[in-house]
Amino acid sequence: MTNLPGADLHWPEGCMAGTAMHELSLLENVREILENHALQQNFSRVTKVTLEIGKLSCVEPEALRFGFDVAMKDSLAENAELIITELNGLGLCRQCQQQIEMETLHDPCIYCGSPFVTVIQGAEMKIKDLCVI
Amino acid sequence: MCGICGCGQTNNTTKLKSVLGQNRHLIKHEHSHHGHVHGHHETERLVKVEQDLLSKNNAYAEQNRAYFQQHHIFTLNLVSSPGAGKTTLLVETIKALKGRFPIAVIEGDQQTEHDADRIRATGVPALQINTGRACHLDAHGIGHALMVLGVKDHSLLAIENVGNLVCPSSFDLGEAHKVVVLSVTEGDDKPIKYPDMFHAADLMLINKTDLLPYVDFDVERCIHYARQVNPEIQIIKLSATKGDNFSAWTDWLAQRI
Ligand SMILES: Nc1nc2c(ncn2[C@@H]2O[C@H](COP(=O)(O)OP(=O)(O)OP(=O)(O)O)[C@@H](O)[C@H]2O)c(=O)[nH]1
Ligand SMILES: [Mg+2]
Ligand SMILES: [Zn+2]
Repeated sequence: MTNLPGADLHWPEGCMAGTAMHELSLLENVREILENHALQQNFSRVTKVTLEIGKLSCVEPEALRFGFDVAMKDSLAENAELIITELNGLGLCRQCQQQIEMETLHDPCIYCGSPFVTVIQGAEMKIKDLCVI
Repeated sequence: MCGICGCGQTNNTTKLKSVLGQNRHLIKHEHSHHGHVHGHHETERLVKVEQDLLSKNNAYAEQNRAYFQQHHIFTLNLVSSPGAGKTTLLVETIKALKGRFPIAVIEGDQQTEHDADRIRATGVPALQINTGRACHLDAHGIGHALMVLGVKDHSLLAIENVGNLVCPSSFDLGEAHKVVVLSVTEGDDKPIKYPDMFHAADLMLINKTDLLPYVDFDVERCIHYARQVNPEIQIIKLSATKGDNFSAWTDWLAQRI
């Protein structure tokens, strides 16, 4: 296998291969949520945005980082720092009731092999908190 | 003013500007008070948000869902790669079921009215949403579409999403079921290449089965992959153009309306 041409080449981890449109529209939502909070909580500038992104969600943290500055331009979060906390995938096996770690949405239970696993953590994509002035 | 979403013309940016204006005024006021020129005494504080990035879409989706329930509208969200056969499937479905209950269609494409025109040719009302740059429909857009389209009570509403197996999986429209269409020319490993979509769907239609003799597509392997991603997914094999096993799909629909 290893002598196949290109088998030893690897795409650099964390490097984006394309622009994901839905990450851009999620960033527009971030901007809108910030604007609403600015109204309710009376602040005029955001200096730091902390997002919580589950590893089983369909959001690519790199794509969010890539689009963040552009999406926040001319908003109250222009030049804000972006922190992304990634949450590991956790599931509960519906067959044997054991809790398992999940790498993908379709990992079977490591204890009994059942494919019926309910995701209990890792699907999140939310704004956790902000530093504001 | 939109009856469903209440979005009207309320403009947060305008409101926001006035808040910013007030703050600026406060800061200026403070400055003159202390006679400073420099040094903003701006203290940073932490604001807890804990809000899902899709919370806005999900809220609209729940409003749509409540509307559908109230009016007994059975809504499907059809998703697939470009060209899997969604519009063809809808045209044939309308021909088969038109006499049994009212049907309406919302078409999502980045550009053109082509698909809506194909639906209208069957005599069923269709509204085309052009999403422009966006690669998916969202629940807010569907709420507006409902106002424009005026869907009858006790009907079938089919929403054809933009051809894309990635983004539409995250955006709930308020539908009863997501239906993913996979055609046999696309390869049998699509379910594990794009697991999010097959995980989110309740029904997979394997379309273009008339082409099976000409392509390397292992139906059993495809079903195995789909069940690996979503053990509860229902599966129907059919050909939208040749009509093979088409009644399995129309029966599935008719039982649910
Ligand atoms: N052989 C065969 N061709 C089909 C079948 N269903 C659809 N097609 C053809 O596939 C092509 C694309 O079909 P559409 O119905 O436009 O596909 P779509 O999913 O609506 O495409 P987009 O809206 O562009 O994403 C057309 O040429 C159809 O005639 C089928 O069951 N068998
Ligand atoms: Mg189409
Ligand atoms: Zn188990």
